[in-house]
Amino acid sequence: MYSYEQEIVERDENTVHMNVGPSHPAMHGTLRVKMEVKGERIVKTEQEIGFLHTGFEKLGEFRSYNQFITLTDRLNYFSPLSNNIGFAVACEELLGITVPRRCQVIRTILAEMSRLADHSLCLGAMTMDLGAFSSILWTFVEREKLYDVFEAVTGTRLTTSYTRVGGLAFDLPADFEKRVTAILDSMEKTIDNLRKSFYQNRIFLDRVEGIGCISKDMAMSYGITGPMGRASGLDYDLRKFRPYLIYNELKFDVPVYKEGDTLSRYKVRVDEMEQSIQLVRQAMKLLEPGPINFQDQKRTLPDKTSTYGDMESLIHHFKLVMPGDDHGIHPPVTDQYSATEAPNGELGWHIVSDGSSNPYRVRIRGCSFINYPILSKLLDGAMLADLVAILGSFNIIAGELDR
Amino acid sequence: MITYLPENHLKVIAQVEARMGDRLLGREEKSHYHQFKVKGQDAKDLIRFLRDEPSLGFAMFIDITAVDYLKYPVAQPERFAVVYTLLSPELGVKAQVKAFVPDGDPRLPSITDLFAGANWTEREVWDLYGIEFMGHPDLKRILMPDDYEGHPLRKDYPLKGRGERGNFPVYHASTQRPKGEG
Repeated sequence: MYSYEQEIVERDENTVHMNVGPSHPAMHGTLRVKMEVKGERIVKTEQEIGFLHTGFEKLGEFRSYNQFITLTDRLNYFSPLSNNIGFAVACEELLGITVPRRCQVIRTILAEMSRLADHSLCLGAMTMDLGAFSSILWTFVEREKLYDVFEAVTGTRLTTSYTRVGGLAFDLPADFEKRVTAILDSMEKTIDNLRKSFYQNRIFLDRVEGIGCISKDMAMSYGITGPMGRASGLDYDLRKFRPYLIYNELKFDVPVYKEGDTLSRYKVRVDEMEQSIQLVRQAMKLLEPGPINFQDQKRTLPDKTSTYGDMESLIHHFKLVMPGDDHGIHPPVTDQYSATEAPNGELGWHIVSDGSSNPYRVRIRGCSFINYPILSKLLDGAMLADLVAILGSFNIIAGELDR
Repeated sequence: MITYLPENHLKVIAQVEARMGDRLLGREEKSHYHQFKVKGQDAKDLIRFLRDEPSLGFAMFIDITAVDYLKYPVAQPERFAVVYTLLSPELGVKAQVKAFVPDGDPRLPSITDLFAGANWTEREVWDLYGIEFMGHPDLKRILMPDDYEGHPLRKDYPLKGRGERGNFPVYHASTQRPKGEG
């Protein structure tokens, strides 16, 4: 049932060439798979990632550290807050600063809510691709509720740009806890629905069980991380590997499955959503009043009220924002690789600093770019219909794929 | 559960130094990993050793990227550096190999036969930096169009390109319709 070796289908006179995507609704916008098919069986595939070319890495060399945060929103646009937090954590590691506790707690809560939003839409889209329409309506409703909270916190639903190097743009609104608690309760019901509707559903199980199997060794060789890696028995989660923010104080389990098929990838995400809800609830109890920014005005932007209110903060704001060698943040001349656990896996940042206010080089290890290449290996010898199921379980985000 | 075990760094350093000897250009301690600097032609040997040595077991691929040091304020051995990041699930540590490649004819051996994940990442480095990976099964562009000239992430390549956007070939359907069609 669980085969990690691909069948070889021989070419003959019945083999035809076929394109799937980029305009196919299940191909997530830009992806294209060139195929040779024999009836329903795939002989050979070749992937193209399409053009969503934003040029983040080149742009990053011409932006200051804080300006780059606006670009990170557009990476994985299902969970922009995770990217904001990931980049801020990487910059702080480069600068060697520790943000205040309240900032760490807020970031942890928002990172987990981001994971909930990302997973819920991924599961909804995956099941919709397989023909179950109601599920995407349930998960979309939940995601929109989460986005309502993001809007209340950051001012926008998608391009959040909420973090700053050394802190946050502003503090939480007054009714934050009440709103989040209400969402978590309804989210639990949705997770329950996702289980009841699909775990015993013969139509769904036939499409995903034993399909697109990735073994643990394959996952390690390809560098597959996140829910995809954990569905293959690779017990690697950066929140446990090297806890950042306040993850070392929180109790949570990392769901791991051994089979590595499409169903396991679905189950891992469902279980992770449950864990994220628990994490948000625990972190909420740790929210205490306090500063949200690192107290060094030479490296952290002062908050807006003091910028508009006193001369010293205004001058510091000016000195940090203006372009040029005399302004901005100046990290040490070195390079640093940092990573956080984004919803799709290890989101890594290799930042090279030349001591100026702009990064000399920013490398983004996008999870989708590393997780995607294995698709053609899984498809060779599979059925044509498996493509949709397998790709849905990958949760490929084009913004992260073509940077 | 793979967890970070900083005490294992010393084991990695001792093994790598014993293996590479004079071929190790230097090493640098970072926040949670060590970076080993070598010449481009020695990178594959070191990576194979890190992966296959039973007491190390760096069997997990993380990333490959590159840096162009053309305008860097601190002198480097060569203009380009290809940076490999690996993880050892058993030791619970990451390691980074920085391989310096000269300007003019930047090339080094491919590690696609060691890690399957290197295929696309090496293609990306070739596409954006023009560093050739010898022995790569399918070294072609991945982000830029196939007929693109130049390597955009090099430091001597301008941010707004070299006129590619202005000179993009455009097909005007209304004026170039074949005769006889309505």
